[in-house]
Amino acid sequence: MYDVIVIGCGIVGAATAYELSKFQLKTLVLEAENDVSLGATRANSAILHAGFDPEPGSLMAKLNVEGAERAKELCQKLSVHYNQIGSLVVAFSDEELALIQDLYERGVKNGVKDLALLDREALHIMEPNLSSESLGALHAPTAAIVNPWEFCIALAETAVRNDVEIALRNRVSAINKTDKGYKITTNKGNYQTRFVINAAGVHSDDIHNLIAEPNFEITPKRGEYYLLDKSEGTIVNHVIFQCPSSVGKGVLVSPTVHGNLVVGPNSEAIQRDDLDSGRDTRNTSEGLKNVAELAKKSLPTLNLRQSIRNFSGVRANNSVGDFILQEAAPGFIDLAGIKSPGLTSAPAIAVYGIEMLEKSAGSIFLQKEKYIDSREKIVFEELSLEEKNAVISTNDTYGRVICRCETITEGEIRTAAQSPIPPVSLDGIKRRCNAGMGRCQGGFCGPRVVEILADELNMSPLDILQDREDSYILAEATKGGH
Amino acid sequence: MYELIVIGGGPAGLAAAFAAYEKGVKDILIIERDQKLGGILNQCIHNGFGLHYFKEELTGPEYAARFIDMIQQTTINVLLDTMVLEVTENKEVHIVNKEQGYQILKTKALVFAMGCRERTRGAIGIPGSRPAGVFTAGTAQRYVNMEGYLVGKKVIILGSGDIGLIMARRMTLEGADVLACVEVMPYSGGLTRNIVQCLDDYKIPLLLSHTITEIRGKNRVEQVVVSEVDENRQTVMGTEQIFDCDTILLSVGLIPENELSRDANLELDSKTNGPFVYENMETSIPGIFACGNVVHVHDLVDFVTAESIKAGSSAASYILEQENEPTQFLNIKNGDHVTYVVPQKIREEKIDRRTELFFRVNKVFDDSQILIKSQGEILAKQKKSYIVPGEMEKIKLSKKVLDKVTNGELEICVEEVSRV
Amino acid sequence: MKKFICIMCPKGCHLTVDEDNDYRVSGNSCNKGVKYGKAEATNPIRVVTSTVIVNGGNNQLCSVKTADGIPKKSVLEAMREINSVQLKAPVKIGDVAIENLLDTGIDVVVTSDIQAS
Repeated sequence: MYDVIVIGCGIVGAATAYELSKFQLKTLVLEAENDVSLGATRANSAILHAGFDPEPGSLMAKLNVEGAERAKELCQKLSVHYNQIGSLVVAFSDEELALIQDLYERGVKNGVKDLALLDREALHIMEPNLSSESLGALHAPTAAIVNPWEFCIALAETAVRNDVEIALRNRVSAINKTDKGYKITTNKGNYQTRFVINAAGVHSDDIHNLIAEPNFEITPKRGEYYLLDKSEGTIVNHVIFQCPSSVGKGVLVSPTVHGNLVVGPNSEAIQRDDLDSGRDTRNTSEGLKNVAELAKKSLPTLNLRQSIRNFSGVRANNSVGDFILQEAAPGFIDLAGIKSPGLTSAPAIAVYGIEMLEKSAGSIFLQKEKYIDSREKIVFEELSLEEKNAVISTNDTYGRVICRCETITEGEIRTAAQSPIPPVSLDGIKRRCNAGMGRCQGGFCGPRVVEILADELNMSPLDILQDREDSYILAEATKGGH
Repeated sequence: MYELIVIGGGPAGLAAAFAAYEKGVKDILIIERDQKLGGILNQCIHNGFGLHYFKEELTGPEYAARFIDMIQQTTINVLLDTMVLEVTENKEVHIVNKEQGYQILKTKALVFAMGCRERTRGAIGIPGSRPAGVFTAGTAQRYVNMEGYLVGKKVIILGSGDIGLIMARRMTLEGADVLACVEVMPYSGGLTRNIVQCLDDYKIPLLLSHTITEIRGKNRVEQVVVSEVDENRQTVMGTEQIFDCDTILLSVGLIPENELSRDANLELDSKTNGPFVYENMETSIPGIFACGNVVHVHDLVDFVTAESIKAGSSAASYILEQENEPTQFLNIKNGDHVTYVVPQKIREEKIDRRTELFFRVNKVFDDSQILIKSQGEILAKQKKSYIVPGEMEKIKLSKKVLDKVTNGELEICVEEVSRV
Repeated sequence: MKKFICIMCPKGCHLTVDEDNDYRVSGNSCNKGVKYGKAEATNPIRVVTSTVIVNGGNNQLCSVKTADGIPKKSVLEAMREINSVQLKAPVKIGDVAIENLLDTGIDVVVTSDIQAS
């Protein structure tokens, strides 16, 4: 019998697990995929928003601003790549100049600090590569960029180190009320719990509907992206937003914490029965063309031929317009419909969700006397020469570079394979230590990482996956095996 | 302090190091990231190597072994399993390996022989889902030939470059079903010999002027959509065909690997994606030479060897003679129908009697003329009966012709010749 | 008149073979082309390159080739033969992996060195 079961281990589930791990609660996280962060968490713009966009008084507004502060602290404690580069919402017309004035006022109401309106001259000094048609911008210095899947993994790993259990490959199919709480049925079996937290992303309405009358709907929206080579990573210094217009939200261009440039997203409605089919997160030529055209409005010299990868993510847009944070049934909390600014708000949503749970329980949960609240991570490339040699002398696998493009060593790959939530795929390794993220996209290091991972997992290379379940890389051994 | 450091122990690095040694440089180090010398040749188990250089037909590993054996008879040092992380303008080489950790080596001269990498799906932006089963042909080759794993059973190959063609045959021989080779251009990018031996022999259809417009599959590739393209490489509506397959091999181009060249601030040529080189394979930084695929992508390893011998010999001259380099040079430009020319700069003073220019054309030519022009005036011409983009060409350039150049610029172009 | 593209070197000369005229070959640039053209028209041969399992070495495979071309029609059967062989490290370039493959008189020889591990 668990005290709390969290359904879903994206950024919200992971943040919730992390917060729960501080309490004397027996906690389990059920995750449908074979790794954490595989939903929208790993396919978004990677921005921690300042908080001027949400409607004042909404949950989004409150939790965005609070989340942004918490996220900054968490990234520092848990060794997550974070960079407070600030953002600019660029205006291209008088109408848009009025719009950014509105956003400024909204931001002030929401409690966002240090907002400023820039004129054309100041803007072009800050961003010389911006289109000459830009007239001004709203500058939000508190906006930041982050590594979103690293953030999720760090939170989840810390929870695990504090004795939270994470059961991967568990897809919830039924939930029944019991006299002590709930029985959750997955493809792997049944789990009993007092409380449930629904953090199931695009499926959060399905999960809700297993136990309560439908009162919201997820309307999933795909956003497609380009990821550009590091050679393009410095053409802008801030996150560059466009103003939302009648046509849509506009497309952003932003540096990433790795030094690449991310361009996107557009917004396309997708069919519910396309979810989890691979079709939902596909890239389309129309979508990419659309993103390219819109992005060039901000940066006419954008060189999309330097793209090293396209990806897309499905956001849990909803019928209500705000985060859906509610008690769906006694002791059953929805943290649902978490679309943008979901990544930013997640740490605050987690705290909010636990408060709701305490209110439902009628008592405050007891904190653990001791819990782990930090995470170390060796990133070889970031070490000084002396530090590099120190680490190699304790473990010489740090002296063998496997991923040439990103300078990732065998030591980091093996450490990733041995981490608290062990990866079973090449992409799981990539998420934990960046091997394969570079311009050759794993062409060189792929076979080597497969070998190392197979060794660490004591499996045949034939069983190593690319990413999700059944995404086998190799078909068979040649010559009938050896 | 070394006299010469060669970065890369593939055919280019091996030939350059040996050539420098023969010219009298004794203190040479080859740095190789893999666990043995040979570079990409180790996985090129097919034959066709050495027809020019050794007048024999060898497989890749055999060709490499010839040079490795020669190296082993010398005092040339080799560091294996070692990655070069950075090279500075003043020739400091930052390396890392398990035994020595992170070291900074100093040298008088350098040869860059890092080879190239493959263009990826991401770089060409093929729409669709992103399942497992999409490989670059070279990565698949590594799995099949070195690790012993077939990467899939029902294969579509995108791109008719040599690596794709070779893998079409290799996969077939190891039991896979190669359904088609899809090529976006109206002509093949690989050697004719490979079209015959790898596609025709196994009745694998070659679909010219076609491309993959969508990849489908949830966790592993399940289907591709292939469409015809027009002369502007735009999809022709209504020509879609669907292939059920589980694997896609991409042979869509090679990109010289010049990360280190950029760090060292070498001037790069956007037409080759490699460093600018002079007639002796010296780059824009005196004492740094480059050769092989890192300069421009080759089709024949024999030409790589010749070019690398030149680079190694020149490095030796630089080290031993320590003359000041002449500053006057001619620019070699690519004219009509020529995509690029190597070398891009020639210092006349350093030419004895003649030198060679290497170039590629941008379309298929039957009967043609190669013209060397200066300020629009034809200084020399050579007839050629068959030039294609997939096969690098060379033309000799004599000192006599160089003397006729007036404005410091020379142009190579190719034009069709109508048969009389 | 049969047409072939010569594969004896990367030039790929376009050959024409006149089977009614003593298999005379035209379009070639060298003698290899004459030999090839005649052979393609009468009895096409191919060199087969592949890999063979090696036990006890620093790699699980070595590369091999047929020492000369074998009849084109025997290539798939040759692959079955090659796949049935396992060698013991060390192996050197030139070692015979299979003697007289499929009774063609042609050996399968090792083309890469594998040290014993």
